[in-house]
Order: sequence, then structure tokens, then C-alpha cells
Amino acid sequence: MLYRYLLILLIIFPIKAMALIEVDITRGNLSPLPVAVSPLSIDDNSKENFKKILKKENLGAEISLIVENNLKQTGLFNPLDKNAFLQKPDVANLKPRFEDWNLIKAQALITGKVTFVEDKLRVEFRLWDILAGKEMMALAFTTVPSNWRRVGHIITDKVYERLTGEKGYFDTRIIYVAEEGSKTNRIKKLAIMDQDGFNNKFLTLGNELVLTPRFSPTNQMVTYLSYFRNLPRVYLLDIETGMQEVVGDFPGMTFAPRFSPDGKKIIMSFAQDGNSDIYTMDLENRIVERITNHPSIDTSPSYSPDGKYITFNSDRSGYQQIYIMESNGKNVKRISFGNGLYGTPVWSPRGDLIAFTKLHKGKFYIGVMRTDGSGERLLTENFYQEAPSWSPNGRVLIFYRETKTNAKGEGFSAKLWSIDLTGYNERLIETETDASDPSWSSLLTN
Amino acid sequence: MNLSKILKNTFLILIASLVLSACATKKTTGQLQGDVYTGTDSVEYLASGVPDRVFFATNETVLTTASRDTLRKQAAWLRKNSDINVVLEGHADERGTREYNLALGERRANSAKDYLMTYGISSDRISVLSYGKERPVDSGSNPLAWSKNRRSVTVKAN
Repeated sequence: MLYRYLLILLIIFPIKAMALIEVDITRGNLSPLPVAVSPLSIDDNSKENFKKILKKENLGAEISLIVENNLKQTGLFNPLDKNAFLQKPDVANLKPRFEDWNLIKAQALITGKVTFVEDKLRVEFRLWDILAGKEMMALAFTTVPSNWRRVGHIITDKVYERLTGEKGYFDTRIIYVAEEGSKTNRIKKLAIMDQDGFNNKFLTLGNELVLTPRFSPTNQMVTYLSYFRNLPRVYLLDIETGMQEVVGDFPGMTFAPRFSPDGKKIIMSFAQDGNSDIYTMDLENRIVERITNHPSIDTSPSYSPDGKYITFNSDRSGYQQIYIMESNGKNVKRISFGNGLYGTPVWSPRGDLIAFTKLHKGKFYIGVMRTDGSGERLLTENFYQEAPSWSPNGRVLIFYRETKTNAKGEGFSAKLWSIDLTGYNERLIETETDASDPSWSSLLTN
Repeated sequence: MNLSKILKNTFLILIASLVLSACATKKTTGQLQGDVYTGTDSVEYLASGVPDRVFFATNETVLTTASRDTLRKQAAWLRKNSDINVVLEGHADERGTREYNLALGERRANSAKDYLMTYGISSDRISVLSYGKERPVDSGSNPLAWSKNRRSVTVKAN
């Protein structure tokens, strides 16, 4: 399986130059950095071999397209038209003629080389600062040929990190619920895809309703809600082996699961006799702990990245609001005080913000607030949208949006969207089917 | 029933009047009282004169007078048919977050369960299943459709 072969050996060459170019990611970037992504050069022999194995005419060009597309999607970079490039890929990788690249207004240049070495794919790439006329970074790695798309993502992660000073989020995957059929009898399946929508795979057949899959932050486990045998319960699924099991032995519905930051516990709601409270189960010793004990609905729990706090959704004030508490359930404090109802709080992986869904005057918003509830910012407004999930670097949110049906009840759709923390760069994420409940994985390689 | 036919015929007129009175919240408008559904469009019957479902106001789990009346009929029917067990399926409309709605559906079904129990039905005969907003009966995105979807449905389990 793909994930078994994480044979990516990163050999880091010394970095020679100081970065002179920098990308500002703290606000909506209205002038994205012009960057030239040269096709990675490839010799004829390697070309033939990869063509045989992967059915790709020119693997060097294909990988550079992945990088180009990733950079473009960030909204921070403006990849330049390859037709304007004056220098051949192989020559550019040895030593770019900086004047040529300057002429087409490129500020950064990515070059590289792809070779077929003992049945493996070897890739090297370099990042150049055109204005300074210097190499900023050079890396090489070797992996199995079938990992070729991941190579493109890893290159993007390295480039992004070098230019922005923050980790990337490209060598990641999204788990979500694929939806088909009429609104009144929706078929739902678990599905997984690369962050850019490729390598889509269905993980369940659609025989039972499945909801709210969430990635473990530490491994290839997923927790989700399944209506298997009409008993809504939280399940644990190993996506490498396909093995799954019910989490805990509860005499009623368990739902709204998430992992703790160390991946060792699952936190979720358990509903009984009309009351939902928050519980955890330790995946090693199976010990179940009750965290809240209140006659209101307590749900949608999410840990802070240090594991010390939990944010959750409760209607103990009369309506849905966002609360935080210590991880043992002590010191419950309401933090949402704006107009409207608040749901689905999710703690940012950076720790400083909580993303949420807000319902106010018939509109749904995705927003963020500080962990004390101050500084509320609404990023996007729509007829219906909810369930934000953070990119592993805490820079982008993915969520789903549903359309309003017409008078005959037609025209329903559910799609995944992403938006920057800044509120800029809102994008539709193309999926084979309708989609909801996205959850972003951690970086697969660090 | 004849009533449902008549109601279907006047459906368009009702929609129009709903649009016109969209701001009226506590008024009886056709098939809505406040925002609780009072029509019979989606209602099925467990036995003659025993409706299978009750409806709720937005974000509410309190039983209305009409709902209590329906549940008393269900309780009488269950007492007569002591071999029948039921599942109470709780639902929410699409205007709420998925997880909260799962809890809300569970709470709605439990209000119905509690009421049946006060009328002498043993809890052993009643199980509860929340679908949240996953199984609407009406796919419309309008207040009337939402009112039909906020419901607890009593379904024979055997």
C-alpha cells in the first residue's frame, strides 16, 4: 500500500543564501509572488522507464504541474506561464540565467531533475532567488515511482516553508463524506483524497449512514459515526488495514468524535434519555471517563493542541453557544457572546484561535475567535455551511456548504470549500460526488 | 384521508400566504401554528385514528397540545397491542449544525418517549433513534418544509 512505502529519504544540501524574498501571509495577499516553476528535467532513459510504469509521457513536467497548481491554490503565489520561459529545464537546474527569469518578472524559480535509479524515483529540486541571483534551497529524495504525486506535494511544502516561514499543508489528505442520491434518502460513504482532490478512494460502500470522519493527528486512524445496524455509534477505522471497531460500550448513541492531540484518546458525546454529555475513551486501556455532567446538550468537543483544554458546544444558556473547560471538565466558561447561535468549535493547531459555525438571522457563517472569545471574525457567509477543519499549519479552513433548494425541493448540492484565515482566497474543492464533513490530515512527512 | 387531498389542492395558495406572512411567528397560518407543523401531509397512521408523528418548534423539544393528544392515542393503541414494540425516531430540520441536531433529535424522541411512559407504556417497549437532520421528509428549503422535518416518528419495531 501507498502509505506503507514512506521511503522518502530527504538529503538536505547546505543552503547557501539568505532569503531576500519573503511572502507575507498575515493578511489577504493582493499581489501574489510571481514564481516560475520550470518543468523538472528528465533524461530520455528515465522518461521511457517512468512512461512504462506510470503511463506518464513526461514525469518531470507532471510533477512541476502539481507544484504549480498547489502554489496557485494558496493565493500567495502567481505561477508564471511556462511558454514564456527562455531557459531549458536541464540548463536552468545547473545554473539559471537570472537575467532571463528577471525579464519575465519571476522573483523565485523552482528547477529540478527527475531520474530513474534502481527502480526508484529520484528527484532533486532547487529554489532560486532571482533578484539576489542566489540558490535558496536544494533538496533531493528517493521514493517508489507510485509516490510521484506526493513528490510534487513535498516539493511544494519545502518551497512554501522556505518562502513563508511556516510549514506547508500540501502532502496531506482529506477524509470526508461522499454523498449521492435524493435529499430525503441520501447515500453517504466515507471517502479519502489527496489535499488537491486526486487519488480519491471510497472507504465504505454506502450501506449504512456515516457521518463526521476525523483524522488522528498522529497516525492513519480515523474516527467517525456509523449507523451500522441502525445503532449510531462512534467507530475507529485504520485506513491502512481497513480494520474497524466500535469505540466503547455505550448503551445509546455516541457521536461527535475527535482525537486528542496525542492520538491516544477519543473524545465524543454520549446521548441517553434526552441528554448528551461529553466522554473520553483511552484507546490503550479502554478506560471511559465522563467529562461533562449537565442536563443540557453538550457536544462537538475539540481539544486544544496542548491537550489541556477542551472547547465544546452546549445549550446550557438556553441556546447553542461555545464553551471552554479544562480537560478534566473543570472551570467551564462560555466564550461566545455575539448575536446568534454558535456551533462546531474547533481549536486551531496553533492554539490561538477557535474556528466555529455561526447562525444569525437565517445565514450561516464560518468564523474564528480567540480562545477567550474576543476578536470574533466572520470569514464567509452563506445559506448553509458548517464544520470547519483546520489545515495542519492553521492557515486554511476547509468546510462544507449546501445549496438552497427551489420551490419543488430540487437543486440540492453539498460541496467542500476552503478559505484562508484572512477571509480571502475562498475556493471550491472539486470532488467526484457531492461532499460534506471534511477533515484535514496532518502532514504525512515532516 | 380526504383532508390531505384538500390540503394538497390548496398547497400553492398556502405557500403564497406563507411568503406573505413570513414574519408572523405566533400566528396560525394554514399548516403552521407558530412554526409547528399542524398539517397532515407527511403523516402516516399506526392504526385508524392513530397518527405516527408529532412536530416541534425550531430548536424546541417541548410537546405541543396537539402532540400530547397524538401521543395519548399512540399510548392507548400500544396498551391494546401489548406485543408491539416501537422505535421513536427523532429528527431535526436542516437549519442547524449536524452534531447538535443529532443531540436535538435524540432529545425530541425522548420527550415523546417520556410522555408515552407517563401513559403507562413500559420503557422496555420503546427504543429511541436520532437521525438528526439526515432523513428529511420534505426536501424543500422553506419554513413549511422545515416544520415537517422537525419531528418524532413512532415506528413499529416488530
